[in-house]
Amino acid sequence: MSARVVRKVVGYQLRDVLRSRTLMAYGAFFLLATEALLRFTGDDARALLSLTSIVLWVVPLVTLVYGTVYLYSAREFTELLLAQPVGRGQLFAGLYLGLALPLALGVVGGVGLPFLVNGVDDPARRASLAALLLVGTALTAIFTAIAFCIALRFEDRLKGLGAAIAVWLAASVLYDGLVLLIVSVFSDYPLERAVLALTLANPIDLARVALLLQFDISALMGYTGAVFQRFFGGALGTTVVTAALMLWIALPAAIGVRSFHRKDF
Amino acid sequence: MIEIKGLAKRFGALEVLRSVDLTIRRGRVTAIVGPNAAGKTTLIKMILGLTRPDAGAILLDGRDIVRDGDAYRERIGYMPQAPHLPENLTGAEVLAMLRDLRGPAATVDESLIDGLALRPELSKKLRTLSGGTRQKVNAVAAFLFRPDLLILDEPTAGLDPVASGVFKDRVRDARAAGATFIVTSHIMSELEELADDVIFLVDGNVRFAGPLGELKAVTRQDNLERAVAQMMTRGAAA
Repeated sequence: MSARVVRKVVGYQLRDVLRSRTLMAYGAFFLLATEALLRFTGDDARALLSLTSIVLWVVPLVTLVYGTVYLYSAREFTELLLAQPVGRGQLFAGLYLGLALPLALGVVGGVGLPFLVNGVDDPARRASLAALLLVGTALTAIFTAIAFCIALRFEDRLKGLGAAIAVWLAASVLYDGLVLLIVSVFSDYPLERAVLALTLANPIDLARVALLLQFDISALMGYTGAVFQRFFGGALGTTVVTAALMLWIALPAAIGVRSFHRKDF
Repeated sequence: MIEIKGLAKRFGALEVLRSVDLTIRRGRVTAIVGPNAAGKTTLIKMILGLTRPDAGAILLDGRDIVRDGDAYRERIGYMPQAPHLPENLTGAEVLAMLRDLRGPAATVDESLIDGLALRPELSKKLRTLSGGTRQKVNAVAAFLFRPDLLILDEPTAGLDPVASGVFKDRVRDARAAGATFIVTSHIMSELEELADDVIFLVDGNVRFAGPLGELKAVTRQDNLERAVAQMMTRGAAA
C-alpha cells in the first residue's frame, strides 16, 4: 500500500521534472562539457580531472537552486496531494526521490554517455569514472535533501532561494577559505585531526576527497586531500568517506522528513 | 457530520482561530465567510489535516481526525484556491496520478470532464492551459472519487459563466444525493445560490453560525451580501 504511493508519486514527478527545460539544459550542459573535454584533451584522465571540478561546483549549485524553486512552485500541488488519503512519510519519500532521481540522471547521463560512446579501455579510468558518477549522485541526494529542508523552513520563497545560494557559497567557496585560514594561522600546531574533522563537516569537501583518493593525486589538490590520503590511504579511507557521505544524505533527509511531518501547510 | 470543539491555532504572535466551536451538518452546503485573514482557509486546512490544531478537536462522524490517521480523507474531495498544478504534466496525467494514489479500489466519476468540455484540453501540458482551464481540472479532481464531503476554496474564481453554471449544478446534484459541502467564496451571490448554512468568521472567532435565512433575519437584510456587510460593520463598531 505505502510502497505503491511512493512509487506513483515518484513516477509522475519524475515525468514532470524530466520534461522541464531546466533539467534538459542541465543534462545537455554535462553532455557538452564532457564531450568537449574528451575531444580537446584527448586524454581520459585529464578530462575526468576537469570534470571532477565541474561536478563539484555545478551539481550542488543547480540541485540547491532548482530544488528549492521547484519545491516552492509545487507547494499548492503538494497541498492537494496531502489532502488525499496518503501518509506524509510516503509523500515525502515520493517527492524526494521524484526530484533527486531526475537530477542524478542529468549528471550521470550527461557525463556518462560521452564516455560510453567513446569507450574507456583502462580499468583504472573506468573506476575513476564510476567514482565520479557515484559522487555526483551522492551530491545530488545530499543537496536535494538540503533543498527540502530550506523550502520547508522558509515560507517566503525569496528567503528560501537566498538561503539556498548562501548554503552553496558557504559550502563551496567560503569553507575552503576558512580551512586555509585556520591552517595558516595555526601552522605551528599539529592540525591533521582538525582538518580531517573539517573535511567531514562539509559534503563538498568530502566529495572532493572521495574523488581524489580514487584518482590518487591528492597531494596536488589542496591541503585537506593530502592530509586525508596520509591518514586514510586505501580501503579504510574509501570506507570512511563513503560512510560520511551516506550520513550526509541521511541527516538532512531525516530533518526534512521531520519538518514535513510537523509542518502546517 | 463535522463537530468542531474548542479549535485554536496560532501562527507565531497571530491568533488565527480562537477556541472555535462549530457544527457542520450532513447533506447541506455550509458557506464560510468573513473578511480577509479571518481564519477561513486555516479552518479548511485543519479539516483536511494539512494544518494541525494547537488545541481542540475536529470530529468527523464522531471520530477525531487527528487520531484517526489518513484514511478519513478517502471521503473528502478538495478543490484548492490556486490552481498550481505540475506544469509539465497533462491534465489527464494529474487525474491519473490522483487515481493511482487512491488505489485500484477507488470508483471514479468523470462526468464533470464532459460537463466542463475539458476532454480536448486534458492531453495538453498544464503549463500551456489558462488559469480557468486549470481550475476546471481542479474541479474534476474534487468530484473524482464520489466524495461525501467536498471542501471548495473559492471554487468558481477564474471559471467562465458557462463553466461556473455547470459547476454549481453539479454541486446541487451532489447535495441532493446527500453530499456535504464546505465552501468559501468572495462572491456572495454565488454563496447565496448554494448555501444552506453560513459560518461567519472574524479574527478567528465565530460571529454567526446557522441557516442562511436566520442570518438575513438577524441582520434584517434580504440578501447575503448586505447581511455579511452589516455583520462586518457591526463588528468594526463593537
